[in-house]
Amino acid sequence: MATISMTVNGKQVSGEAQGNTLLVEFLRQELKLTGTHVGCDTSQCGACVVHVNGESVKSCSVFASACDGGSVTTIEGMANDDGTLGVIQQAFQNEHGLQCGFCTPGMVMSIADMLKNNPQPTEAEIREGLKGNICRCTGYHNIVKAAQSAAATLAGAAQAAE
Amino acid sequence: MYNFDFTRPTDLSAAVDALRGDGAQALGGGQTLIPVLKQRLAAPTTLVDLSGIDSLKGIRRMGDMLVIGGGTTHGAVAASGDVAAAIPGLVQLTSKIGDPQVRNRGTIGGSLANNDPAACYPAAALALGATIETNQREIAAEDFFQGLYATCLEDGEVITAVKFPIPAASTYQKFEQPASRFSLTSVFLAKMQDGSVRVGVTGAGADGVFRHEGLEQALSSDFSASAVDGVSVSAEGMSNDLHATPEYRANLVKVMTKRAVEAVT
Amino acid sequence: MAKDNVIGGSMKRREDTRFLKGKGRYTDDMNRPNQTYAYILRSWSAHATLNSVDTAAASGAEGVIRVFTGKDIEEAGLGGVPCGWEITDKHGNPMKEPAHPILATGKVRHVGDPIAVVVAETYQQARDAAEMIDIDMTDLPAVVDMRSADTLGTAVHDEAADNLCYDWELGDAEATDKAFAEAAHVTTLEFINNRLVANPMEPRCAIGDYDENDDHYTLYTTSQNPHVIRLLMGAFVLNIPEHKLRVYAPDVGGGFGTKIFHYAEEAFVTWASAQLKRPVKWTSDRSEAFISDAHGRDHVTKAELALDAEGKFLALRADTLANMGAYLSTFAPCVPTWLHGTLLAGQYMTPAVHCRVRAMFTNTVPVDAYRGAGRPEATYLLERIINKAAQEMGMDQAEIRRKNFIRSFPYDTPVALQYDTGDYDATLDAVLELADYKGFEARKAESASRGKLRGIGLSCYIEACGIAPSSLVGALGARAGLYEAATIRVNPTGSVTVLTGSHSHGQGHETTFAQVVSDALGIPAEQIEIVHGDTDKIPFGMGTYGSRSLAVGGSAIVKAVDKVVAKGKKIAAHLLEAAESDIVFEDGQYKVAGTDKAKAFAEVSLAAYVPHNYPIEEIEPGLEETAFYDPKNFTYPAGSYLCEVEVCPETGKVEIVALSASDDFGNVVNPMIVEGQVHGGLAQGLGQAMLENAAYDEHGQLVAGSYMDYAMPLAVDLPSFNVETAEGTPCTHNPLGVKGCGEAGAIGSPPALVNAVVNALEGHGIDHIDMPLSPLRVWTAIQNASVKQAAE
Ligand SMILES: Cc1cc2nc3c(=O)[nH]c(=O)nc-3n(C[C@H](O)[C@H](O)[C@H](O)COP(=O)(O)OP(=O)(O)OC[C@H]3O[C@@H](n4cnc5c(N)ncnc54)[C@H](O)[C@@H]3O)c2cc1C
Ligand code: FES
Ligand code: FES
Repeated sequence: MATISMTVNGKQVSGEAQGNTLLVEFLRQELKLTGTHVGCDTSQCGACVVHVNGESVKSCSVFASACDGGSVTTIEGMANDDGTLGVIQQAFQNEHGLQCGFCTPGMVMSIADMLKNNPQPTEAEIREGLKGNICRCTGYHNIVKAAQSAAATLAGAAQAAE
Repeated sequence: MYNFDFTRPTDLSAAVDALRGDGAQALGGGQTLIPVLKQRLAAPTTLVDLSGIDSLKGIRRMGDMLVIGGGTTHGAVAASGDVAAAIPGLVQLTSKIGDPQVRNRGTIGGSLANNDPAACYPAAALALGATIETNQREIAAEDFFQGLYATCLEDGEVITAVKFPIPAASTYQKFEQPASRFSLTSVFLAKMQDGSVRVGVTGAGADGVFRHEGLEQALSSDFSASAVDGVSVSAEGMSNDLHATPEYRANLVKVMTKRAVEAVT
Repeated sequence: MAKDNVIGGSMKRREDTRFLKGKGRYTDDMNRPNQTYAYILRSWSAHATLNSVDTAAASGAEGVIRVFTGKDIEEAGLGGVPCGWEITDKHGNPMKEPAHPILATGKVRHVGDPIAVVVAETYQQARDAAEMIDIDMTDLPAVVDMRSADTLGTAVHDEAADNLCYDWELGDAEATDKAFAEAAHVTTLEFINNRLVANPMEPRCAIGDYDENDDHYTLYTTSQNPHVIRLLMGAFVLNIPEHKLRVYAPDVGGGFGTKIFHYAEEAFVTWASAQLKRPVKWTSDRSEAFISDAHGRDHVTKAELALDAEGKFLALRADTLANMGAYLSTFAPCVPTWLHGTLLAGQYMTPAVHCRVRAMFTNTVPVDAYRGAGRPEATYLLERIINKAAQEMGMDQAEIRRKNFIRSFPYDTPVALQYDTGDYDATLDAVLELADYKGFEARKAESASRGKLRGIGLSCYIEACGIAPSSLVGALGARAGLYEAATIRVNPTGSVTVLTGSHSHGQGHETTFAQVVSDALGIPAEQIEIVHGDTDKIPFGMGTYGSRSLAVGGSAIVKAVDKVVAKGKKIAAHLLEAAESDIVFEDGQYKVAGTDKAKAFAEVSLAAYVPHNYPIEEIEPGLEETAFYDPKNFTYPAGSYLCEVEVCPETGKVEIVALSASDDFGNVVNPMIVEGQVHGGLAQGLGQAMLENAAYDEHGQLVAGSYMDYAMPLAVDLPSFNVETAEGTPCTHNPLGVKGCGEAGAIGSPPALVNAVVNALEGHGIDHIDMPLSPLRVWTAIQNASVKQAAE
């Protein structure tokens, strides 16, 4: 066991990790941030996606120790400061982009990264960008709509800021 | 997964030292090794994480070579303007590996060292005649790949960089396995500066990645899709599984090669 | 702006906020104080004699609390996993029902059959120790292919030497034979309905927590129906009386059928926690889910359709082998029989239908209900053979269906159902319009110019939902009633707590049910709380599956609301000093008809709990009503789907270009949620048709045992859907007029896709390809057809 520390959702935290402790285990068990889920053991489903140092990664496929000193954002860090839903989260609710909610945190985190890199994606780019996220409930239709509507909202906000 | 010690050195020599220990293994992006560890199919006593070593990362052009650091992620290669200008086929290839999250972690060194028969990079390395540079030596791609999941790397040897000759034209045509989305059969086609054509095939061979001489000869003398039609690609030596028969793979080799030719003409 | 919190409004889902913030509460998110972890050692052999299980080394390993084997379970006298439905075969004999032990003894019967469980302080310790268990097994030949299962000479269970669980039939064989003898045309189709793995994204999880002080058990579990689990596990496995057992299924991450069933792991953790006096938690990983969650479908069928010269259906004959796997899962026996044979009339007036089903035991994971359960298999059979008949007779796929539609209701089918209502022309017309069926030829020509083969495929499905009248299902072999229960608890200040026996695992009940109640009581949705999933809180309910939640569960809510309003009227009459018969309830007010005298819902509620001025002689204080609703019939959602594909002849790859759907779900409470249900079903149906295949090899190893080989539909595989809910024919026998929408997409879409691909390949002389239509299968079919054509 070693003590590792990182910034999670803007807060400095530390906890115990073995060499083989995965980031997702550290988040769920050590930090009790259970919004990040585990849906597979082959690094394919994306229920576990978080951001490490600003990039989306599968937290089931990164060791906690590798994030020592780094900065991590999880679904718990995506709401606005006043507790209301962030733009992408709100788009998911508006467009009915979730059903059972299990894949949802990973979807939101993947889309956040996608829109950062490509603020105006086409439908095909959105679908391609979600290649690492499996949803069994929605058929993706409304997830794609949520991504589109979030992109539009963010573009509007960016324009307004100019 | 079994437990192990985890170290994350910041310079290569420390990593190489750490890898000398009994049961030590390198960790690149972990996008292959971590799932393998979860299945308990490997039991290293120490994992040496290479991702903190800056000297292993980066892309530079050196004369008629493109040099990609062994710890460079697929995402970095896919986003690189230098790569796009020099070897567009590598941008196509890396931007089709897995998904954005895998590309943010997975590295060229890890992919080549792993030599998965369905991996993408080996096709490019072989087709372009890349040189794999390690902390000990330089290895020609031809010698590097030694069959399924096998390479000539020795224990503790670290891929530090891969040098790709810059071709006149290049493209990667991927046909995905329906479930894993790795290569079912994909072709990296390179038209070299001297006019020769090289065709690297991954996903198809029962012994892993290979170059198809018949296609290369035909295309070197007549670079056209119809030249591909005239070549017979044998099903012999192609692998067989749930997703493809040898005959189907042989067909895909031709179809993907044709598409590759069309893509660069 | 129209209100969206009433029936017909697309109110945004209330449950979303917690899910979107990462505050959902799934079973694996929970941990109990002093909890231990279970790791299950499972058989790697499909069929073997279990000679010995030596746990000595494992028992002494670090952190290990106890290692359990089948012997411990046997010695404790626990029952096996029970089956909830008994089929009577065509000779009047009960089906073969072999024991299904919690942990294997004597024999293992499928890869994944649990052999031993290690309980340790941590999951890792449990798993480490499991590797020290020494197992001696002698492999036996595996029964894998149903077609040879009866002649193999190897039996999965001694009591079924020919591996036959039952041989069942439905319909009039004689009339069917006669119609075939007189037919102008007979179409035959042999096919496989591929085995699927349900794959809800949340793997199963169970925590057993025994409280010594009260001698009380709690099971936290990923279930679609906590009361059913309490009943089956308490009464049949562990012998725990109901009042000593609480089953709680919190947020559940998808079910699709596979979380209906009672599983051995649930019983194990509950029992083991009492043995160890500590909570025991088991969480499946995905690899384990592939070999321990019940699978779906897996039929081998020969179907024949008799037609007259004009294309009118005269009779249908179906002969199906249905895979049960190694043991009978909870509802397995009823799926290929009463949920399949009864649907073979479809939307058509076929006068004679006969269906035979032989259920087989094999050395594979048990097979049970998966989204649609039997109805997708029936629809696939019918909608594929109709297209083949149209192809053979040179008829248009829409016209042949129209010729045979049922148009007068109620309609008694030759396979035991009575359809109450429907309008099949309406949904067919709508989908042809939606998909621009007329413009297809032009699009096909455009595709051809790019070297692609375009095809269009129709499917008109009907399903029976809202399972079901208890007396009927009882007669058919169900060992439970299939009503639903609801309690409306009006709180003193007029807010309402709804306790429902339905269970939401993605369906949005917290929203839809609130709309129903809000609409009925005229109070805002914020004043309504929906409680489900906890047997200590809710009345005895049957749970959510078979698209029954709104039709049955919602009807129970309506009935309970009616009782509340009836009592409220009595109170209001007293308060308003009017006759009860003069009180009307509207817009949340009890009014004296024809006057402006009124009392708000909340005022009446308060009076019920502060009964100072109250008709206490006549009625009791308080305002809380419970209703159990037992449906009078199934409901019959129906619709038409058109799928358009492009096939690459060089690679065999199919691209879904468009999927249009028109569904008649009767009345719709929340169109947004309903469309979402259709989208999800479509993805699963198209996944079955194009991607998914739980393939076994001849040794009984699951070759597609992870997402590396089991192809899940991804966003890139699917188009945006063209979904329209028709005006609809309301269900005639439930108070909401609703029919159910959860399974339609998965039922209607597989034949639509296959029909489209076959349509695209018609020029090659191809008339069928078995699902999934992978690039390999399509390419191979094209190759074989070319060889055949060349030879001709
Ligand atoms: C969901 C998913 C989809 C994928 N799809 C594709 C795909 O379509 N195509 C494809 O090609 N790949 C695919 N991959 C694999 C991916 O490209 C991996 O990143 C790659 O194969 C391994 O690289 P890595 O850096 O992650 O190596 P690791 O997993 O860390 O290591 C792999 C092996 O290489 C060794 N190693 C790592 N780095 C070095 C080094 N510098 N020198 C020497 N040895 C080293 C390790 O010891 C280990 O044995 C996919 C992976 C996942 C999880
Ligand atoms: S848990 Fe499935 S990819 Fe991480
Ligand atoms: S919402 Fe259930 S898996 Fe996506």
